[in-house]
Amino acid sequence: MAKRPFDIRAQPGFGFVALLTFFALYLPIAALVAYSFNAADSLSRWDGLSLRWFISAWQNSTVQDASIRSLVLAVWAAALSTVVATMAALATTRTPPYPGLTFKYAFINQPLMVPEIVTAVALLIVFSRIKVWTGYSGLGYLVLAHTAFCIPFAYLPIRARLEGMDLKLEQAAADLYANPWRTFRHVTLPLLRPAIIAGFMLAFVISLDDVVITEFVKSGGQDTLPTYMLGQLRRETTPEINAIATVFLALSVLLVTVFFFVNRRKP
Amino acid sequence: MASAEEIARAADRKDIRDRWLLSAPALIIIFVAAIGPLFVMLAYSFMVKGDYGDVKFGTFSLDGWTSVLFERDIFDDTLGLADAHLTILWRSVRLSFYTTVLTLIFGFPTAYFISTRPPKTREVWVFLVTIPFWTNLLIRTFAMQQVIRNEGLVNTALIQLGILDRPLQIMNTDTAILLGMVYVYLPLMVLPLYASMEKLDFRLIEAGYDLYASRWQVLRRIILPLVKPGVIAGSILVFIPSLGAYVIPRVLGGGKNMMLGNLIELQFGAGRNWPLGAAISITLMALVMVALLFYVRNVSRSEAGHG
Repeated sequence: MAKRPFDIRAQPGFGFVALLTFFALYLPIAALVAYSFNAADSLSRWDGLSLRWFISAWQNSTVQDASIRSLVLAVWAAALSTVVATMAALATTRTPPYPGLTFKYAFINQPLMVPEIVTAVALLIVFSRIKVWTGYSGLGYLVLAHTAFCIPFAYLPIRARLEGMDLKLEQAAADLYANPWRTFRHVTLPLLRPAIIAGFMLAFVISLDDVVITEFVKSGGQDTLPTYMLGQLRRETTPEINAIATVFLALSVLLVTVFFFVNRRKP
Repeated sequence: MASAEEIARAADRKDIRDRWLLSAPALIIIFVAAIGPLFVMLAYSFMVKGDYGDVKFGTFSLDGWTSVLFERDIFDDTLGLADAHLTILWRSVRLSFYTTVLTLIFGFPTAYFISTRPPKTREVWVFLVTIPFWTNLLIRTFAMQQVIRNEGLVNTALIQLGILDRPLQIMNTDTAILLGMVYVYLPLMVLPLYASMEKLDFRLIEAGYDLYASRWQVLRRIILPLVKPGVIAGSILVFIPSLGAYVIPRVLGGGKNMMLGNLIELQFGAGRNWPLGAAISITLMALVMVALLFYVRNVSRSEAGHG
């Protein structure tokens, strides 16, 4: 019998624990998806396969409203945060350290440091007063709050990309009498495009997924899909929630997959 | 006439001013919708609570802060410890600690497993960890509920197999919250661990074996010290959101098993005690800052050790 060569990389039991972990990571998701095809009226029984809850969710006007609101909000927040994050990234890279640079880093990353629930109630305090003062209770508050916590996510890939770019091409453009705007428009921006797309997508997913801040900032009748689901989880749930979650999940997986491949493609 | 040096300095000043203008929109948005409100909340924590929520504007009181830990006896007006709050604080810290340890126990072998795969398949494994990481937290919490609820996967299986005759009550317990947090935050442990293991120099491990080290000694004396930054980063990334968890205890813990996040919500909702809610929020933030400081100190120390 041939003896197996000694593998210096192996650690006993690690492979088993790892596979168990991957199994545990996907089992709950599989269960959630499976139950969305349940024909029964409640989650406590299994009555065979059916698409009825997908149809019922599709026709539910509250779900429709919440979905549209989620998407509108995510597009606004992602677009605004990507624009300001791109500007901030241009302002904080490719420069010798200047006074306030560290301060800017800390400031931009601040939303990542504070627990979401704390930011949520702080915004509740401020916005509820502004709502009374101005009488405006539209989507603007949510757009503002989402934009703020999306900025660090949009900033991350753009800054990383800029740090890997030198100024030679921009200097060449300037030597050829391009003004700063044309240099930006025709040199910097095309080079930055993959990072800007990545930043936008990160921000979009982060906004789409948010529950806590939205739950505290929203005015009456401004449910997004996640806050609608959170409200539904309080009562006896039907497989309709599973159907909504399954579609949401599919959308997220799609976005992450696209992001993964966009990012992997080497420039 | 201006000297070359003066011109250069003026250009520098203009550059810095432009850079401030360029970053201003991002800084202003974060100030208005993230940092500024924290200061308003700090002020609120020192005001008298309003009768129907909110505060009585412009008043001053330390009641919000004292009631974080103490409560006034309704009969003789003496101060006693607020047991309910202490229970919740202790549960938050305890469950966050357990979550960190458990994600480390499962995450370490997982990250090591990924980093020892051939480069081609390694990407696929990383991708498999990344997908749950980017999936909605609420959906993952809900997915965990499908597994542990009374008619869920685990109980159905155990009853079908004849191991149990009545479902095991996991929902609405601390265990449910713990399982949910371990499940949800596991990718936050695996990814930084993997990032540091990927750089592992296996020649050092080979050298260890050449010197007759056992598998355990190699793990304990070579691998662990080398990936320590990853262990610390992962632990912090798991511990901090666990401490501030709100959705997971709300969905899996039922109304009774609250954590700090839910206690805060209660004060701004049915409790109608905004100063207290503000004071607890600031306490939570302070706990997080302590954890972050611990991290920064440890990282700078281990970096100094390498240098």
